[in-house]
Amino acid sequence: MSVAGSTPVPSPAPRVAQVGGDERITGVRLVVRLLQRPELGALLGAVAVYALFAGVDSTPGHKFSSNAGMQNWTDAASTYGIMAVAVALLMIGGEFDLSAGVMTGTSGLLLGMLITRYGLNVWIGIVLVLVFAAAIGAVNGYLVIRTKLPSFIITLATFFVLRGVNVGVTLLLTSTVRFDVSDKAPGFDSAHAIFGSTFLAPYNFQTAVLWWIGITAVATWVLNRTTFGNWIYGVGGDANAARAVGVPVARTKVILFMTTAMSAGVVGIMVALRYKGIQSGQGVGQEFFYIIAAVVGGCLLTGGYGSAIGASLGALIIGFAQIGIIFANWDSNWYFTFLGVILFLAVGVNTLVRRRATSARR
Amino acid sequence: MTESKGQAPLLEVRNVSKYFGSVIALRDISMQVHAGEVTCVLGDNGAGKSTLIKILSGVHPHDEGEFLVEGRIVRFSGPRDARAAGISVVFQDLATVPLMSIWRNFFLGSEPTRGVGPARRLNVKFAKQVMREEMHKMGIDVRDPNQPVGTLSGGERQAVAIARAVYFGAKVLILDEPTSALGVRQSGIVLKYVIQARERGLGVIFITHNPHHAYPVGDRFVLLNRGRLIGSYAKSETTLAELTQMMAGGEELERLSKELEKMGSEPELEQVARELAQEASTTGT
Repeated sequence: MSVAGSTPVPSPAPRVAQVGGDERITGVRLVVRLLQRPELGALLGAVAVYALFAGVDSTPGHKFSSNAGMQNWTDAASTYGIMAVAVALLMIGGEFDLSAGVMTGTSGLLLGMLITRYGLNVWIGIVLVLVFAAAIGAVNGYLVIRTKLPSFIITLATFFVLRGVNVGVTLLLTSTVRFDVSDKAPGFDSAHAIFGSTFLAPYNFQTAVLWWIGITAVATWVLNRTTFGNWIYGVGGDANAARAVGVPVARTKVILFMTTAMSAGVVGIMVALRYKGIQSGQGVGQEFFYIIAAVVGGCLLTGGYGSAIGASLGALIIGFAQIGIIFANWDSNWYFTFLGVILFLAVGVNTLVRRRATSARR
Repeated sequence: MTESKGQAPLLEVRNVSKYFGSVIALRDISMQVHAGEVTCVLGDNGAGKSTLIKILSGVHPHDEGEFLVEGRIVRFSGPRDARAAGISVVFQDLATVPLMSIWRNFFLGSEPTRGVGPARRLNVKFAKQVMREEMHKMGIDVRDPNQPVGTLSGGERQAVAIARAVYFGAKVLILDEPTSALGVRQSGIVLKYVIQARERGLGVIFITHNPHHAYPVGDRFVLLNRGRLIGSYAKSETTLAELTQMMAGGEELERLSKELEKMGSEPELEQVARELAQEASTTGT
């Protein structure tokens, strides 16, 4: 997972469930437990990528490692992070959502439409957008459950439907490729303060960063400490086994699709309010960044394994790369190549981890 | 069918039949399961074992006959009803989720929680402790509750599923081909758990096509063939050899051994043919 390629692979824990128990001497060592965590690779990777871009930084005063730099890369990482966490939960639950990127655009455009065309209060618009997003997520989930087709195909279809609708409807209603959001609309100021503003005056971090941290914390809590979290692991790890012990598999998956779409709703609202308008092509292609962040964060593509913190760290790595390459004065096209290499390394490490986790230890 | 003990059997079916359209899946099956006994259901592929499990576990309703639990006639409308009545099935490969830890697997679908409202959370400490205790009763000392189930051996995975079923109040434990995918050693371990479950007073239904696994642990044997009951014996009434013969049919074994002999130029194949012939002749007597 690190660019240096020297990430230690979690070693097989030297443990055997002893029959009898007499031979038990010590508990499991802390190191072993650390190595078992799915987000460890992403953490080491983040440290390595940070060190790399701090090293190649060619701005005067080493901006990358300054507070101003931090403002830049947390800004870049925050919206990826919000989405990556939701996508990670869905992926742990064994499903994909390729429509997550374009859904941010759809949500932002819908908000713009509700505010500028129908003169709604911004807050009412926000509620309607979230309800709409939940409905789209429910449709995705329902179709996946009902047709038993791979979610890859179903959400690819949703992706293309929404992509067309975004541009088509925007063009029809505005004769342009953009919906403006007037800052004179009722409720704009309070909504803007929460979704699209900044905090910590001289540095001006985006409020999205707080959302990102908050959503990561909530998702981690849900995943590791709630019944629903246990169900997520169960339906992703083996849906039939989960069903056999009474887990509501369909409901769990539909809720995960709805959560992902609603997160996209939140991000779309953020973009629309922050920039006081939104382009009809917004979000297209972003879904791959979310998936990269989740996978770099330790999620298995096949489900049943991963972490929200890992996905957040994956998003942080994307933020480092996006800003770091600019500060290093490299051609920004290398950004994509860099992420490709990171993804490749991450998948390699993940595959090893899964092989270890699923093979008998004796 | 021999009557044993005064009280009503934990589970009993009387003349149960099941049809799928015009296909007769089960015809006129009767069997009893008593507490502290292992009832083995033997039969080759297609004998109707799976249909019988599905009726007993509430997946399919039966079309004819009676189904009694502790002497009362029941009619299940789904697997949840069966589970509520204390009937639990441990499926061979549907039992556990490999990537999940032992304690998470143990409580999957029936998670213990504490706190209320948004603070309601898994009672992890309790879950780990109970899992350890229950596994200990099966003779397995779990050192690390966080260990993924996938790292356990096949026999131990079955043990997790059995311990879970017992903890959640199973009185009748249906084990669906628990040894079919396992090697000799692991099969032995599973048989040990079958006996342990019996010792703890459960009624165990052990479904298998292998009389060599069934005979050592079984108290009574129910033989199925093509959806019909072809025999029901207490252990004292039969031998391993007889069971084997009835499973495959003596003549069939003989014919098979002859065919193998004809085909076989390889020594191993000849060996198999000889063994089959021997089994056919010994069981005939």
